[in-house]
Amino acid sequence: MEVSVTVNGTARSADVELRTLLVHYLRDVLGLTGTNVGCDTSSCGACTVLVDGRSAKSCTLLAVQVDGADVTTIEGLAGPDGLHPMQQAFHECHALQCGYCTPGMVMAAVSLVDEYDDLDAAGVRVGLEGNLCRCTGYQNIVAAVLAVGE
Amino acid sequence: MIPAAVDYVRADSAEAAIAALAEAGDEAKLLAGGQSLVPLMRLRLATPSVLVDIGRLDGLAGISVDGDTVGIGALTTHSALEHSADLAAACPLLAHVAAQVGDPAVRHRGTLGGSLAHADPASDLPAAVLALGGTLVATGPGGSREIAATDFFTGFLESVLGPDELLTEVRVPVSTGGWCYQKFNRRAQDWAIVGVVVAEGGAGVALVNMGSTPMRAAGVEAAVAAGASAGDAASAAADGTEPPTDNNADGDYRAHLARVLTERALVAAGA
Amino acid sequence: MTVTESPFIGGIVGESRLRHEDPALLTGESKFIDDLQIPGALWVACVRSPHAHARITGIDTSAALATDGVVAVYTGDDLADAWAAPLPCAWPVTDDMKNPAHHPVAQGKANYAGDIVAVVVAESRYAAADGLEGVVVDYEPLDAVVTMEDAETDRVVIHEDCGTNVSYVWPLVPDPEAVEAAFADATHHITETFVHQRLIPTAMEPRGVVAVPAPHNGDMTLYSSTQIPHVLKVMAALTLGIPEQKLRVIAPSVGGGFGCKLNVYAEEIICMALAQRHGVPVRWTEGRTEAAVSTIQGRAQRQTIELASDADGKLTAVRATLLADMGAYLQLVAPGVPLLGAFLYHGLYDVPVYSFTCKGVFTNLTPTDAYRGAGRPEATYAIERAMDALAVAVGVGPDEIRSRNFIPTEKFPYDSPAGLTFDSGNYQPTLDRAKELIDWDGRRAEQAERRAAGSTTHLGIGISSYVEMCGLAPSRTLAALNYGAGGWESATVRILPTCKVQVVTGTTPHGQGHETCWSMIVADQLGIDPDDVEVLHSDTAISPLGMDTYGSRSLAVGGTAIWMATEQVIDKARAIAAHMLEANADDLEFAGGTFSVKGSPDKEVPLAGVAFGAFTAHDLPDGMEPNLQAQVTFDPSNFVFPFGTHIAVVEVDEATGAVELIDYAAVDDCGNQINPLIVEGQLHGGIVQGVAQALWEDAAYDADGQCRAANLADYLVPSAAECIDMKLDHTVTPSPSNPMGVKGIGEAGTIASTPAVMNAVVDALRPMGITDITMPASPMTVRRAIEAAQGDSA
Repeated sequence: MEVSVTVNGTARSADVELRTLLVHYLRDVLGLTGTNVGCDTSSCGACTVLVDGRSAKSCTLLAVQVDGADVTTIEGLAGPDGLHPMQQAFHECHALQCGYCTPGMVMAAVSLVDEYDDLDAAGVRVGLEGNLCRCTGYQNIVAAVLAVGE
Repeated sequence: MIPAAVDYVRADSAEAAIAALAEAGDEAKLLAGGQSLVPLMRLRLATPSVLVDIGRLDGLAGISVDGDTVGIGALTTHSALEHSADLAAACPLLAHVAAQVGDPAVRHRGTLGGSLAHADPASDLPAAVLALGGTLVATGPGGSREIAATDFFTGFLESVLGPDELLTEVRVPVSTGGWCYQKFNRRAQDWAIVGVVVAEGGAGVALVNMGSTPMRAAGVEAAVAAGASAGDAASAAADGTEPPTDNNADGDYRAHLARVLTERALVAAGA
Repeated sequence: MTVTESPFIGGIVGESRLRHEDPALLTGESKFIDDLQIPGALWVACVRSPHAHARITGIDTSAALATDGVVAVYTGDDLADAWAAPLPCAWPVTDDMKNPAHHPVAQGKANYAGDIVAVVVAESRYAAADGLEGVVVDYEPLDAVVTMEDAETDRVVIHEDCGTNVSYVWPLVPDPEAVEAAFADATHHITETFVHQRLIPTAMEPRGVVAVPAPHNGDMTLYSSTQIPHVLKVMAALTLGIPEQKLRVIAPSVGGGFGCKLNVYAEEIICMALAQRHGVPVRWTEGRTEAAVSTIQGRAQRQTIELASDADGKLTAVRATLLADMGAYLQLVAPGVPLLGAFLYHGLYDVPVYSFTCKGVFTNLTPTDAYRGAGRPEATYAIERAMDALAVAVGVGPDEIRSRNFIPTEKFPYDSPAGLTFDSGNYQPTLDRAKELIDWDGRRAEQAERRAAGSTTHLGIGISSYVEMCGLAPSRTLAALNYGAGGWESATVRILPTCKVQVVTGTTPHGQGHETCWSMIVADQLGIDPDDVEVLHSDTAISPLGMDTYGSRSLAVGGTAIWMATEQVIDKARAIAAHMLEANADDLEFAGGTFSVKGSPDKEVPLAGVAFGAFTAHDLPDGMEPNLQAQVTFDPSNFVFPFGTHIAVVEVDEATGAVELIDYAAVDDCGNQINPLIVEGQLHGGIVQGVAQALWEDAAYDADGQCRAANLADYLVPSAAECIDMKLDHTVTPSPSNPMGVKGIGEAGTIASTPAVMNAVVDALRPMGITDITMPASPMTVRRAIEAAQGDSA
């Protein structure tokens, strides 16, 4: 079936199998490989993108479910002026090491600070409960998100 | 992992969805937010032949307070429940429990109706609706019917919902009396090992993950009604339950947790 | 070699410099293995045995072959001639070690749930997944050996040709009579038995392979999410019989390793064999649930440790006896993992008499191998838990028992009772500082108050002091351990005509920030901007020589090679500069990127001028080769021995058994630090990984050998919500074993944190009479211990 999605501001369309997961639509069909797959149980959050401005796990959505929606991936975050403030904060706080969880973590963090006002460290920690990182121990991720959230 | 091949029907009305279900037969599945179904499809634990997508039936989403009843469209997301000022005023327990489901990304897509229809005893919201004494509205080929939450759940991932019915609305009474949700797990994102929902100062008490269905803790409710102390009432929390065994807990430990958490919840709820 | 002052002059090393790697990773620009777009590639999916132990009596592939998009299906018998040798084990720890043939696709019998019994080749990843459903395998299930204790009995012998489940027994007992005498004379004889549960390493990026053949000229390019492209190239050439010069291995961006990508895996060999057979690229990407059985697991040991001490708690002997679970086959370095801890069961304590023995056994479970720390976490856990028991027996605090036994600073270099020479150490300050950070006295007072008030939220405080050994070396020592490779590392430093620099390293980063740190070292030496240094790695065509990244070796070995190569380049540049300035090379100073004549500051030439002169070669000294580059292979004289003290504070909810980590302090010493930002990051992640073993993670198996935690919903990798901010500080005791005075830090956090947390949990519960909790300290486990203790006292 034809699935049309506005991805990072650009209208994209492709005929895909009905069972195609959004993450594979983005990666294998559109070639946007920044969004990663880290599990098969919706546990790790590596595949997190924004759907209509809110975080969603793109491995837990069929592409047909977001037909007509607005999707933002990690590739759409940085602008002509450079990194998005959340990306910049991750850089400055050393909030990434291997970088595999990072696209999903950044997208989840962008959604989190947009969704919740007055986030404190505990709020950031709970707000990132669905994104696993194996390298950083989260301390610098929390610092980065707080730096943007404040 | 990859879902098995599946057909797909996008419904543009509840009636169309019901018709599609009727046509597709037993192997059809309703797709709302997909946050329970798609993971099962990925692991090929669910292999429906047809998905009937009701995710775009905007008329089935929304929260309205009418007198002493809160009406919630079945497609209202957990996130919408969590952030609704109306719900926070009329039924803060439900808004709070919605905020404990999964993680933010799951809450953005998952729906109240989907959570109830999935009938997972480990889910948070079914127990909350039970404790609140809610009513579910199901619509099928013959029209709509109301089902008391206490009559809805019949077994593990099973309910009285017919194969050609869909949930359209969930109604709970306005409830601002003492409440608490004790969710016990090892990681914030996980299902409850055991959860205890207390509504209206102990008038409604429901248990998460203490058997094959979400369930009311009738013995606790009766004890509270009879004026028992929180500790005494909680001692009945596991009565009549058959809690499951898994990596995190065996049945005996779950029963113990149910008693401990029930006492804590009752105390917090002012029982 | 003695380091008395910092060898760094450029003001760059030691700064917390932000990472060069970040922008690509933060924007999705980096390419991980599954990101590679390879037109025409076929996809492999692996049919894995659902049984832990079963004879394969028949395989029907017809339905799979009839599935849309499926190109071929191969069984183990179909591919029996595809490999020249079984999968390699490169660490035969004893001459008589039993090493059963480990074929990439099983033949005749599956020996663990996850063993590959057939492979599906298809046109897409979706079709490959569909094909799996169509392969029907008939099994005759056999009794499975699930525990090490069962394995030892040989009730069921897994590999008939081995005749036993015992792979090896490896003793390190320098003086048996002294051991017996020490225990006979001991005032205190502590005996503790601990179990290290199996862990799933869980790099966030699952593994993946792309094999790209060139059928007509015989080339093969293997892309793999691996820590070890260099080692893999050698091993793959031997296993497949591909001439080594025809094989190129590339590790693209690698999303974490932690040891689990330090291997030669069946899927790598299968994809290359099928790429040869089909003449087109063949690829495989691991699923997470698949990874739980297909990628090596860690720990899985039962250890008994005995301490002998005098009346004051001064240790007189340590004896450790291990049973180690190899799993169904021996993976690349699995037998040696316990040996990496074998020398450290006396910890950082001055002990005259030592005994260690390890027995490695086969089970019908996923093979084990190196996982972050590999042997040293197990050793540290045993001694640090046992030291707390000794403290109780002697009647002193856990801090005091450690202080009494620390190797005195004046004894370094310290000849250990296990036969090593600890390079440098100064242990007491790390304990003192960690106690400060955690407010030791305040926490103890709070604990006493809670106990006095009858609180059911118990406070526990746990110490772990550690020393570890990293940078496996020198190669001759590794030979003595039968290790199948050397301990060296290679580096090339090349100053380009425009005075930009290329560094080629044999280290293979997968999150450690080597590009940033290596550029800082070179820039510091050369007096240039680190951004002008590019670090090339992880491709055997670009970096042909290397031993890769594991065991916290990269800086101490690979970084040192870079430092030495840069010194050689500077020496050559100095000679050219002297020629240009018509001065004696000995009269030149080099600072800030400029050569100048001592005493004649106006006579100077910048490095850029020398670089261009070396490129044009118009006027070089007689006999000098053009260009500015040097290649060094460094084989260290010794391991390096980082150390430190960590202290954890936990609360235990008596009613539920829930344990919460509420405070954590770590004081570590890895010698001179190149980039403190990176050091802190390694510690944060390492500490959490060790805490996770203590509190959450458990690759539990049922009695039939099925993993009950085969995905990330059931295998409890902690999230931010379960973790806390840690308080870090450090001391600096340079290593004398390398010119930069550096040690390793990649595994220290994991090594230290597990016993700190478990000592804290036991400390909280000790008044109830509880002296041990099995890991992980899950709520049910803790609650059961409390109930048992209360039952005993009732």
